[in-house]
Amino acid sequence: MTLADAELVRPITPAPPTADRDETSSRTRQTAHALLRRPGFLIAVAYVVLVILSAIAPRLFASGDPTQTEPKDKFLAPSLHHLFGTDELGRDLFTRMVHGSALSVEATAISVGLAVVAGLTIGVVSGYAGGWADSLLMRFVDVLLAIPALLLALAIVTALGFGTVNVAIAVGVGLTPGFARVTRAEVLRVKTLPYVEAARSSGAGPLRVLRRHILPNSWGPVAVLAVLDFGTAILAVSSLSFLGFGAPPPEAEWGSLVAAGRTYLVTSPWLTLLPGLAVGAAVYALNHIGKTFEELQRWH
Amino acid sequence: MVQYTARRVAQAIAVLWAAYTVTFVVLYALPSDPVSILLNQAGGTGRPSADQVAKIQAAYGFDDPIVVQYWHHLVDAFQLDFGQSVSRGQSVTSLLAENLPPTIALTAVALVLTTLIGGGLAFLATYVGWRPLRSFLHRLPAVGVSFPTFWVGLLLIQLFSFSLGWFPATGSGGVSSLVLPALTMSLPTSGILAQVLIRGLDDTLDQAHIATARAKGLSRLTIHTKHALKNASLPALTILGVLVGATVTNAVVAETVFSRLGIGRLAQQAVLAQDIPLVQGIVVLAAGVFVVVNLVVDLIYPLLDPRVLQPTSSRSLAPLEVAA
Repeated sequence: MTLADAELVRPITPAPPTADRDETSSRTRQTAHALLRRPGFLIAVAYVVLVILSAIAPRLFASGDPTQTEPKDKFLAPSLHHLFGTDELGRDLFTRMVHGSALSVEATAISVGLAVVAGLTIGVVSGYAGGWADSLLMRFVDVLLAIPALLLALAIVTALGFGTVNVAIAVGVGLTPGFARVTRAEVLRVKTLPYVEAARSSGAGPLRVLRRHILPNSWGPVAVLAVLDFGTAILAVSSLSFLGFGAPPPEAEWGSLVAAGRTYLVTSPWLTLLPGLAVGAAVYALNHIGKTFEELQRWH
Repeated sequence: MVQYTARRVAQAIAVLWAAYTVTFVVLYALPSDPVSILLNQAGGTGRPSADQVAKIQAAYGFDDPIVVQYWHHLVDAFQLDFGQSVSRGQSVTSLLAENLPPTIALTAVALVLTTLIGGGLAFLATYVGWRPLRSFLHRLPAVGVSFPTFWVGLLLIQLFSFSLGWFPATGSGGVSSLVLPALTMSLPTSGILAQVLIRGLDDTLDQAHIATARAKGLSRLTIHTKHALKNASLPALTILGVLVGATVTNAVVAETVFSRLGIGRLAQQAVLAQDIPLVQGIVVLAAGVFVVVNLVVDLIYPLLDPRVLQPTSSRSLAPLEVAA
């Protein structure tokens, strides 16, 4: 079956496989060149890589203990020794921020991962199956879209209880409809292209068509959305954590750090402003990366 | 037109009903145990006695099958009865009614600010001729949507309350206390609006009818306001629902940051107290606002752009090439 279908398809596809590979690699090189000519993009990538590294190996950036208190050094303004200053117990804020990124990045990854998996599944089934399954799934997505994402997240957190993972799940559910829609639109677009028709008419089963022809050609916009949604998820997770639904006090997350520093806004504004600035910069960097990818896709 | 209106209204009701069902499933039927949440809430310490559990179950109807519970809740909800708030011992509906006015005022001011800031920024970004400033203005909206709302609020407090002393940092009295929270809510949403408008303006300005207007010798300002902005702002109307939804969401954060009375703060406290009926009431209310706004946009749109109703282009709002 596979052999027969491969033999039948080959004469129809315009370029032989070798030429195809060359073209792909030159396109990759072109894309790489285009990206390297954008310093803003490189800075954004570097910053995001640093944030992810700080989540995986916080000791690389801050060797101190994030919970170590130093009463005589409390409320120190930012300096070379304490980059972000110190809090009400004399803990180094930069160290806490770096160590806090583990929880925040984990929560972001869980929520986007959940949204991608659930959204892809719904979108692919909906777009590929069509008919009543499509209408049913899309009506469900419409309903999820009708509830503002953060409020839906509030309901889910109420039901599941507080904590980093529950907040992440709640945010992920809110992101799912977007992925489902984009995936469905892409599948619908690719489904009717001549080469997919060709594969189907030469006897390839639905699963094979999906895996070999539709999915590899429809991931572009989905990937862009995933990058942009990392930013959205960071904002949502840190907002919920700021509101007090994240990890309980001794643990630090980006949002809860800002919330904790809020009491001392008059005397020590750096306790709230610097962590928030770092979070905003991460989201801006992700948005910039997503936008750049989107522009590049539009050229091709 | 009548048929179109009827269909849209029916759709809106169906979506609202489904939204209610989703919140019911999430809050009452999810793995969590509503009885113990409610008992903890009611101030009980230690393990609740079987007697207490039975009382709560009977009071809230948890001993009925879930479908029966759902039916009772739905019938009540149709009569605008969302049950009793557990943490406040008051009916959810009256709590919502009490907290709604300040939030409506705040949201209205925030939406006006969003239109002014977002529209103004988009206008400037496409009107300014000097390239560096132009590209800076093009990028500014992305900054607005990148920063956490709570942080924007705290920054504004630091700047305008503590440093300059222009506006109060907290409280819900008077007009001056509205300014900072409304600004906090509107900065992220004006970023969204500006992005859509800038894209629309850039596209419109490339079109033939603009070239014609230029050839006729109209001034840049006239072309920009009378020809470009008018066409570009039509698609922006479709994201009004998104903007209102985002503004209502931002109210949760802004009212918490500024310690204001309102639905948003009520939502934060309800979740902290795991007050299931109150959370459901608030989420359904927000979904209702969102559905109504989208319904209104859907009903107004054909009046502004009759092409929507024509069978050939019934689904697409995009083609602006023909419009002049």
